[in-house]
Amino acid sequence: MKQLASLTLLAIAAAGTTGAVRLAANAPADTISGTVTYTGTLPKMKPIDMAKEPSCAAEHKTPVMTEGAVGGPNSSLEDVVVYISAGDHGGATPKTAVRYDQHGCQYLPHVAVMEVNQELEIYNRDQTSHNIHPLAKVNPEWNKSQPPGAPPLKETFAKAEFIPVKCNIHPWMHGYFAVLNTSHSAVSGEDGSFSLKGVPPGKYTVTAWHERFGTQSQEVTVGAGAAPKVNFVFKATPY
Amino acid sequence: MGKLFAAVVTTITLVTAAIFAMRIWWMPPDISVLGVGIDQQLTETLAATGAMFVGTQLLLAAFVWRSSDGNSLRAVKAFPGGPLPIIAAAVLLVGAEVLVLTLVGSKVWASIYMTPPEPGSIQVDVQAEQFAYYFRYPGPDGRFGPVHADKIDEGNANYFGLDPANDTTARDDIVAATLEVPVNKPISLTLHAKDVGHSFYVPDLRLQQDFVPGIVVPLHFTATKTGKYELVCTQLCGLGHYNMRAYIQIVTQEQFDQWLKDNASQ
Repeated sequence: MKQLASLTLLAIAAAGTTGAVRLAANAPADTISGTVTYTGTLPKMKPIDMAKEPSCAAEHKTPVMTEGAVGGPNSSLEDVVVYISAGDHGGATPKTAVRYDQHGCQYLPHVAVMEVNQELEIYNRDQTSHNIHPLAKVNPEWNKSQPPGAPPLKETFAKAEFIPVKCNIHPWMHGYFAVLNTSHSAVSGEDGSFSLKGVPPGKYTVTAWHERFGTQSQEVTVGAGAAPKVNFVFKATPY
Repeated sequence: MGKLFAAVVTTITLVTAAIFAMRIWWMPPDISVLGVGIDQQLTETLAATGAMFVGTQLLLAAFVWRSSDGNSLRAVKAFPGGPLPIIAAAVLLVGAEVLVLTLVGSKVWASIYMTPPEPGSIQVDVQAEQFAYYFRYPGPDGRFGPVHADKIDEGNANYFGLDPANDTTARDDIVAATLEVPVNKPISLTLHAKDVGHSFYVPDLRLQQDFVPGIVVPLHFTATKTGKYELVCTQLCGLGHYNMRAYIQIVTQEQFDQWLKDNASQ
């Protein structure tokens, strides 16, 4: 009897999957878009004093601010990685490399998104040495020195992980590598908006990750008619 | 050949002595109340060791000059009493000098490092880490918030490990990467090292003190001249040691008060 029940469940599950495939056959790929906002109060971002590295300090007319939680107009939240965490069956690893710059003793961009095994090129555009140190837990951890004028470091990460990155020479330098299993990802901009383009029809889990406020996920169906929209709201605390 | 050697020795001796006597490549001017004692001590040490250096080198040159004719038959007079008095004389001379310098020197050293800071000194907490210095002021409430090593988060400018969410005294603490102090006011520092040994070296202040991880090291000074001076690390602390430095900005009391106000609002 129990076996029969599980068989029935399996059959229903199989029917569900077939349904999704049928959806894929009928509808074109679409864009999942939305915005990321916050409620509550964001922590105050602090100016970074680069006095000890005059060549970097000279690059900035106004002090660079910390980037742990950057808000924009209408309570929008910047630097949130939005990506498909389930439902994406993946594809070939992109041939193009992701570029990560060290400029003015700052990481540009603050959050770099790449796919598993996709090449990452790290450039030092400063007149000073940097020591890039991704604090990986799932992937092997490393730290490499890069003097001014050195060729770009070429690296890959074999497993999906959000990796904090720091410079061992300039303690204020801080960023993230978001290593994902999907090609459908975006980082929310100043207005908190994002769009995941070219998503084939199907059912997906879309996840939003913020370095301070954690992760949130939502179920989204692509190909069911209207363009899929999904918004995320994070709860911010001042400290 | 012997005469040439004697001439070279004499030249090297006189040129070296002249470099010190004329103060070419000298220390930067002292800008600290306690630095006077250090300078005096350095001058005395240099004068005493310098006189010995010049005397022995010139004596060496004189003997070489005199013996350069190759006359191996010239009588060599033995020191009266044999080798023992020579050794005794050398030990007495060098020992007396070392003893005097130590006694006088330790007094100067103790006046800086073994005395408590003046009451009412401005308190600044210093954090040294690979490869930067950070300075913390207690803020308007006059109290430092407690530090928690696990809260240190450099990416978000939390260099000391403050916990403003739970410690109300930590919320107004001012943290800066430049040591801003008023001129002619006693400053009391507490030195902390986050990771390895570092050093607090400001030649202009005649101060050099190690940071030791796990130990809070006190240090105090009073600056006598406004300006921007360099603080450097003199303990090899790792890859970026060469780049570990900060600036000390010595300003007037008014400028300092304004600086505190400007930074308190951040």
